[in-house]
Amino acid sequence: MVSTSKPLSGVTLGGAQKLSVGQANYIMAVTKKKLVDLYTRTLKVRLFEEKVWDLFGENLVPGTLHLYLGQEAVAAGVTAALKKSDWVQSTHRGHGHVVAKGADMNAALAELLGKRTGSCKGKGGSMHITEFKAGVLGATGVVASGLPIAAGAALSCQMRATKEVVACFFGDGASNNGTFGESLNLSAIWKLPVIWIVENNFYAMGTPIALTCPSQSIAQRAEAYCIPSCVVDGNNAVEVYEATIEAVKRARKGGGPSLIECQTYRMRGHSRFDPAKYRPKEEVDFWLSKDAVETIQNIALEKKALTKKEAKDIRRKLQKEVDNAADFAVKSEYPEPQEVLDDVFAGVA
Amino acid sequence: MPEKTYRDALKEGLREEMLRDERVFIMGEDIGRNWGGAFKVTKGLAEEFGDDRVRDTPISENAIAGAALGAAITGMIPVAEIMFGDLITLAMDQVCNQAAKLRYMFGGQTSVPLVLRSVFGGGKNLASHHSQSLEAWFMHTPGLKIAVPSFAYDAKGLIKTAIRDPDPVMFFEHKLVYDRKEEVPDEEYLIPFGKARVHREGDDVTIWGTFLMVHKAIEAADELAKQGISTEVIDPRTLVPLDKRTLIDSVKKTGRLVLVTEETKTGATTAEIAAIVQEEAFDWLDAPIKRVNAPDTPVPFSPPLEQAFIPDKDRIISAVREIV
Repeated sequence: MVSTSKPLSGVTLGGAQKLSVGQANYIMAVTKKKLVDLYTRTLKVRLFEEKVWDLFGENLVPGTLHLYLGQEAVAAGVTAALKKSDWVQSTHRGHGHVVAKGADMNAALAELLGKRTGSCKGKGGSMHITEFKAGVLGATGVVASGLPIAAGAALSCQMRATKEVVACFFGDGASNNGTFGESLNLSAIWKLPVIWIVENNFYAMGTPIALTCPSQSIAQRAEAYCIPSCVVDGNNAVEVYEATIEAVKRARKGGGPSLIECQTYRMRGHSRFDPAKYRPKEEVDFWLSKDAVETIQNIALEKKALTKKEAKDIRRKLQKEVDNAADFAVKSEYPEPQEVLDDVFAGVA
Repeated sequence: MPEKTYRDALKEGLREEMLRDERVFIMGEDIGRNWGGAFKVTKGLAEEFGDDRVRDTPISENAIAGAALGAAITGMIPVAEIMFGDLITLAMDQVCNQAAKLRYMFGGQTSVPLVLRSVFGGGKNLASHHSQSLEAWFMHTPGLKIAVPSFAYDAKGLIKTAIRDPDPVMFFEHKLVYDRKEEVPDEEYLIPFGKARVHREGDDVTIWGTFLMVHKAIEAADELAKQGISTEVIDPRTLVPLDKRTLIDSVKKTGRLVLVTEETKTGATTAEIAAIVQEEAFDWLDAPIKRVNAPDTPVPFSPPLEQAFIPDKDRIISAVREIV
C-alpha cells in the first residue's frame, strides 16, 4: 500500500526516492538494434523541436507552441514498442508523439507554419498536429479530451479483432479531469487494448502538482480501476520502452489496459512566451542533468550498441532531414483564402 | 401498409442497418437487455445482436461520446445514445470540440461516421433536467448534421441515412411522439438529409416547425381550414443540412410565415430560420414573421406551469390570426 501522506513534487521525485506502484521491471534486456532505434527516435524529436524553436525565433510559426523539449524519451520509448499499425493519441504538446510515431517531418513542420502542404493543410497547427496514416489519432487543444477517444479506438481494435493497440499520452494535469476516471473505468471494464501514458512533468502550466494531487504518484490512481501501473524515469527511453513492451504484450493478448507514469520535465516553459520562472533552480538543474538524449546515448555507447562515430553520423543524418523539412515548410505556399470552407463535412451538406 | 409507432420504426431502422453492416453497433446507458433504453427504442436488440454490439455503458456521457468518436475514426460505425438530451451537456467537449471539428482540424484526413441519438422535449412533467429542447446549440456548431424526425416514417428513413452518412449526425427524437403511429413500410427505404416534408399544402400562410410542434401545427392547420384559412405545414426533418428551398418557395407562395418550436425563444432555431427568410425572401413577405416558442425560463415541473411553457395549438392559431 502506497502512503498518500507526501504530495508529489519535481524535486523529491527526481532525487534518490523512487516512487513506484509496482516499479517497472528494469532488466535492460534490450537488443543493440533497439537501443539504436531508441537513440534515433529520441534525437529525432529533439532536433525537430530545436528546429521549431529556431523557426519560431524567426517569427515563422503563428500562434502558440507547446514544445516537447525535455520529454523526448517518453515519445521515443513508447513508439519504439509499437507497430506501425498501432495507434497513439496525442495531446496539446504533441509534436514529439507525431514525429516519433513516424509522421512525415516535411508535412509536420509545414503544418506548424500554417502551410497548405501541412499534414492538416494548415487547418490545425501545433495543437492539432496529426498524421492519421502514421497512426496518430489526433492532437487536441483540450486537456484530457484524448482519453475517451483513445478508449473508443481501442474498443474498435477489440471489436474488429485487429490485435492493434492504442497508446494514449496525457499529462499529470489531465489526470485531474473527469475524462481520466471515465476512460480508465471504461478501459478496465471492457479490457480494452490501451496503454495510458502519463507524462508527469510536475506542472500543469504553472501550477505545481503538489497543489493539485494528494497522492505520491499519478500511477496509484490506476489501482482504483484495477489497472496495473508503474512509475518509470521518463527521461530514460529504455525504461519507458521496457514498461511499454510489457503493457503492449498484455493488451495484445486481451489482458486489458495498463498505466505507465513517465516522470519527466519540460526544458522550456509551458508555451512560447513562458519563461517558467515559477520552477526552483535546483529542480531545473536536476532535470537538465538527466537530459533524455544524453541518457540514451550514454546507455547505447556503454552497451556498445553504437560507437561515438555512429552516434555522430546518425545525428548528422537526422539534422539534414530536419533541415530539409524546414526548407520544404518555409518554401511551401500558404492556403488560399477560399480553402477556409473545405473539409467541414465528408459528405454532402 | 402496416402502421407502426415512431419507437418501433426507429428500432426497425437500427435493426436493418445492424443486419446490413457488422460495423454498426449501439452503445449507451441502459440500452441493453435489462432495460432496452429509457424509452425502449432498443428493446430486444441486445438479445438479437449480443451484448458486444448493443453495449451498456457506465454513466459517463463524455466517455460515451468520446469513445464512439474514437471507434468511428478507426473503422466502426457507432450509434451512441445519450439517455436525455439535457445530459449532452456532460459530453459537450466530445461532441462540439472533437466530433464536430476533427475532420476540419485535421485537414480532411479522417471522416467521423458517428450517430449520437438523444431525446428532447417536455410534456411528461420531468422538470428542468429532463425536458429541454437544445437543438439550436448544435446548429450553431459547424461540422454536425442534425436530424429531427417528428413522424414514424421519417424516423426509420432518417436513422438509416444517418448511419450511412460519413459525418457526425446528432439524431434527436421527441418524448411525446414515440407512441404515435404512422404507415411505415416493412421494406427498406432511405430519406435523404436536407429534404423537408410538406404535411399540408396551403396558400395563405406557412407554418414551419419541428418535433411535437409539427403535430400541433397540423392540428392548427386543420382547424384554420374550417375558418377559411389555407395553411402550409413544413417539417424540415433535418436542421443541418437545411432545406431552405422548400421553405423559401412556400413563403414566396403564401407571403406569411409562423415558426413554431418547443425551444426557449432567445437564440432558438426559429430565430435562425426567420433570419434566413428575411435575407432570402424579404420582398415576398406580406406580414412580419411570427415566432411561437417557449418562454425564456427553465422547464417547470408542475402540470399547469409546464402546460403554460409548451406552445400549443391555440397559440399557433393565434399567431396565424395575427398576420392573416
